[in-house]
Parts: sequence; structure tokens; C-alpha cells
Amino acid sequence: MRRLTNLAMTTFTALCTLFAILVLVIILGYIAWKGIGSVSLRFLLDSPRPVGEGGGIGNAILGSLVLLLLSSVFGMPIGISVGVYLSEFGKGTFASLVRFFVDTLTGIPSIVTGVFVYAIIVVPLKHFSAFAGGVALSLIMIPIVARTTEEMIKLVPQSLREGALALGAPQWRVTLGIVIPAAASGIATGAMLAVARVSGETAPLLFTAFGSRFFNYHLDQPIASLTVQIYNYAISPYNEWHAQAWAATLVLMTLILGINVVVRFLTRKKF
Amino acid sequence: MNQITNANSQRKNAGQWRFALSPTGNAGDGIFRGLMFAAALLILVIVVVMIVALAAKSTLSIQRFGFGFLTSREWDPVKGQFGALPFIYGTVVSSAIAVLIAVPLSLGIAVFLVEQAPSYLARPITFMVELLAAIPSVVYGLWGIFVLAPFLRVHVEPRLGSWLGWLPLFRGSITGIGLLTGGIMLAIMVTPIITAVVRDVLEAVPNSQREAALALGATKWETTRVVLVNGVPGIAGAVMLGLGRALGETMAVTMVIGNRAEISASLFAPSYTIASAIANEFTEATGDIYLSSLVELGLILFLVTFAVNGLARVLVWNVTRRSGAAA
Repeated sequence: MRRLTNLAMTTFTALCTLFAILVLVIILGYIAWKGIGSVSLRFLLDSPRPVGEGGGIGNAILGSLVLLLLSSVFGMPIGISVGVYLSEFGKGTFASLVRFFVDTLTGIPSIVTGVFVYAIIVVPLKHFSAFAGGVALSLIMIPIVARTTEEMIKLVPQSLREGALALGAPQWRVTLGIVIPAAASGIATGAMLAVARVSGETAPLLFTAFGSRFFNYHLDQPIASLTVQIYNYAISPYNEWHAQAWAATLVLMTLILGINVVVRFLTRKKF
Repeated sequence: MNQITNANSQRKNAGQWRFALSPTGNAGDGIFRGLMFAAALLILVIVVVMIVALAAKSTLSIQRFGFGFLTSREWDPVKGQFGALPFIYGTVVSSAIAVLIAVPLSLGIAVFLVEQAPSYLARPITFMVELLAAIPSVVYGLWGIFVLAPFLRVHVEPRLGSWLGWLPLFRGSITGIGLLTGGIMLAIMVTPIITAVVRDVLEAVPNSQREAALALGATKWETTRVVLVNGVPGIAGAVMLGLGRALGETMAVTMVIGNRAEISASLFAPSYTIASAIANEFTEATGDIYLSSLVELGLILFLVTFAVNGLARVLVWNVTRRSGAAA
């Protein structure tokens, strides 16, 4: 009987694992199968057109890149600084409080971030803008970058710091010149994962960057993004737009999976 | 005498203050530390401003409806009547379905990865489960609309209806779009999150526990049970984390739950969650009271997820800290 239970539970855990892998394979397979047919150079460069006239996602790709760049410019320096603070000076109640807030901030639904940015940026400026979208995404990026930076800097051996300090270097130069470079590859992979995570966000963009059917080069205007485009096409009643949604998803997933695989490859030796 | 001590202690105080900013007495250190401190302070400021801004924007609806907002079933933009109960119901039920499905599934995967699989299997599988977490919400939604919902409509829901139709939960017209689909969608999305944390928790259980159980003649599964019992607080934290994620998940749910502000006993019926109501109606909201009600929904969601996540962190932290001390 005990052996039987043992066998049953082992089978159960294996089946659970198999199920998860199956779901992943089905989702990715479906995206590839449905998406590949509609991807062409024209599709990647053109902007959306009315149903029946083709059109593409060029403006959405550009918009997503602009939003990612903006959010990285806002989010990375702050996120990395917070991580440095927590790892190098992070003792005591204040640091624990910051750490706790960083963790809970990670769990705040992204739609709430969207509402918040709407309230503090879109309402005062009176229109949707790429800028607001970038701020919303950076708010999601900061806690992720802060946590990975902290973890990575903690891995730097204490002897490295002591050696530099013993040579008479002030602490800020030790941190900036020795500790951060030593952890640089780790911080960079964390940053890449944060970009991958943020590039899939839709909810915070709905009422900040809003979306656009044209190429837009102004940061104070609404801007398109791949995710919002996918959403709008997916809930539309047109088969042609559904096909385009799958194709846009294929493009987005290529970016996200690409980053994940590269990160995996880079960190393989260390862990 | 007294004056001298006073002066001394004053000088000492001033020194301490400067020491706090720059322990080495180097000006660069003070500036650098100040900058990093400012960034950390910004985190607290963001959270506080978030609460204040959301509260400020929802005062109108808070004043108009008070606590009735939480208990009223009527959501009628035309009449200007706003009650959040249908959304709260949809959010709670879809998240409950998600947790019910995801918890055994995640425990199974985590146990398999930590206790059973050889490392050449565990590593790639861990990566694949992580990839499941990397898929964006909107992509899950797209897949949900065109693959999961039709599959449930054709293969799963008719069977549930005929076997369990005596329960009001599984009655009603079958469309594939509704609470059940939303819940299953959420289950798939939170499984990798719960799995990752449970895996960390199980790995933090000291090996001596396993060795002791095995030495007493326990089977592999009995040993695993010992390990699981050891990790209960951490596992509870993992479940809370998954719950927090499920409560706030927006796009995928919006795309498959049907978006109708009604409370129905049937899991097949279309429903609405707090997050999807905000996503769907925010840009269409005309009138201050409508917008204010939607922001209040956001405030509720913020406070609930904040509490759930906070609790989860405390639970998980305690476990990992304990193992850190042991190791």
C-alpha cells in the first residue's frame, strides 16, 4: 500500500510537470503556426489600414521600441540606484521598509499603475502621450531592476571591497569602480529580463500611451505599441485582423523569448 | 564642568550627523550615499503618492456612495449608479478557481523538480516553466479567445454540464466565455509563479530532514510529505503571491470572461472583474462620477493586492531567512 501511494504520487507530480510543458508547447506552437503566414516585410514596415487593405505593424514596432527606450531611461538609473542602496547601505529599519515596499510594488497590478499615471500625468497634460506610457512602464521596471541589482551586488565577494578600501579608495569609488563593474553582467541580465517583462505589458498602456494608427515621432502624442495593437485586433470581429494579431504576437514573442534565451545562455555557467 | 560636557556632546552630535552621511569623511561618499538614499526614498514616495492620488481621484464616488459602493449590485453608467459587488464577485470567484487548480498543479511540479527529477531534467524543465511566466498577458488572452474558449465550449463544459449539472455551478448556456474560462486562464498564468516560490521553499528545507525520514524507512513520497510539512508557511506565502497576481491580472481575463456586470451562480455565465472593468471602461467613462468610481475600483484593487502581497512576503521571508541562518 505504501509503495502504491508512493508510485501514485510520483506519477501525479510527473503528470503535473508534463501538463505544464504541454501547455507551453501548445501556446508557442499555435503562435508560430498561426502567425507565420501573415508575417512579411511589408507587414513589418507598414502602418495599419482599414480591413481588406492589408496594412501592418510598423508603427507599433517603432512605438514599442520608443516606449521601451523611454521606460529604460527613466527606470534603469533609479532601479539600479535603489539596488545599490539596499546592498551597500541597506541595514536598519529604513532599508527593510524600502525592501518590503519594493517587493509589494512588484505585485501591484499593472492596470493600477496605469490608472495612477493617468491621474498624475495624463489628466494635468490633458492628453494621452508616449511620455506617460514610458513613465507607467518604468514604474513596473524599477522594482524588478532594484531587486536583481541588489541580489547581484550581494554576490560580489566582500574581500574585493576590503582590498580596494585598504588601498585608500573612498567608498563611492569602491562601489562605482569595483563593485558595480564586478556585478555588471548580472545587473545587465536583470535589466534585460525587466525589459522583456515590460515589453509584454498592455494594461498600463491602455490609457497612458493609448495607441495610434500612424507613425508618431512626438513624445507628447499618443503612440502605438505591439501589445495594445494585438489586444485591439484580437477583440475585433474581423478575421483579417485576427490573423494580424497572431502575426504581431509572433513578432512580440520572438523578442521576449529571444531575450530570455540569451539571458539563459549568459547565466548558464554561473548558476 | 557641565558646560564642557555639553559642548563636547554637541560636538559629538554634530560629528555623528556628519558621520551618518559620510563615515569616511570623504565628500564624494556623502554625495554618493545621498543620491542612493534619494533613490530608495523615491520608492516610498511612489507608494505614498500612489495611494494619495488614487484616493483623491475617487473622493467623489467615495462621498456619493460610501460603503454602499462595495455592497451594491447596480452598475449603471446611464443612471449614474455605481456598485462594485459584481466586480468583486467576479474577481474573487475567478481567482478562487485559479488558486484551486494552480495550487495542486504547482506543488506537483515543484515536488517533481526538487525531490524527484535528476538535475539534467530539472534544469531545462525549470527554464520552460519560467518561460510560461514570461508570456505576456495579452498573448494568453489571444490564445484564450481562439484556442482555450472554443476547446472548453466543445469538449469540457458540455461534459461538466451533464455530469455535475445538478449543481447550480454548472448550469446555464454554454458559450466558452465566462467565469470558468477566466479562472482556468488565470490558473495557467499563476502556476509558474507559485511553482517558482515553492521550489525555493522546498530547496530551503535542510537535507537532514530528508535523510532522517529516509533513514527511518520512509518511502520517497513519505519523505516528501515531511519536507512539505516543513515548508508549509513558505508554501502559504507562495499561494498568497499567486493569489495577488490572479486578483490583479487584467488583459487575459478581460478577453475571456465576457465582461458583463452580473452575478450569476453559474460558472459558465459571463462575468466581470475589477481589473477588466477598469481596462474596458476607463477610456469610455464620461462624467466625473463614472471615472471616479472606476478609480475607486483601482484603489480597492491596490489596497487588496498590497495587503495580500505584503502578507505573502512576510511568510516567504521568514522561511528563506531561517534557512539562510542554517546554511
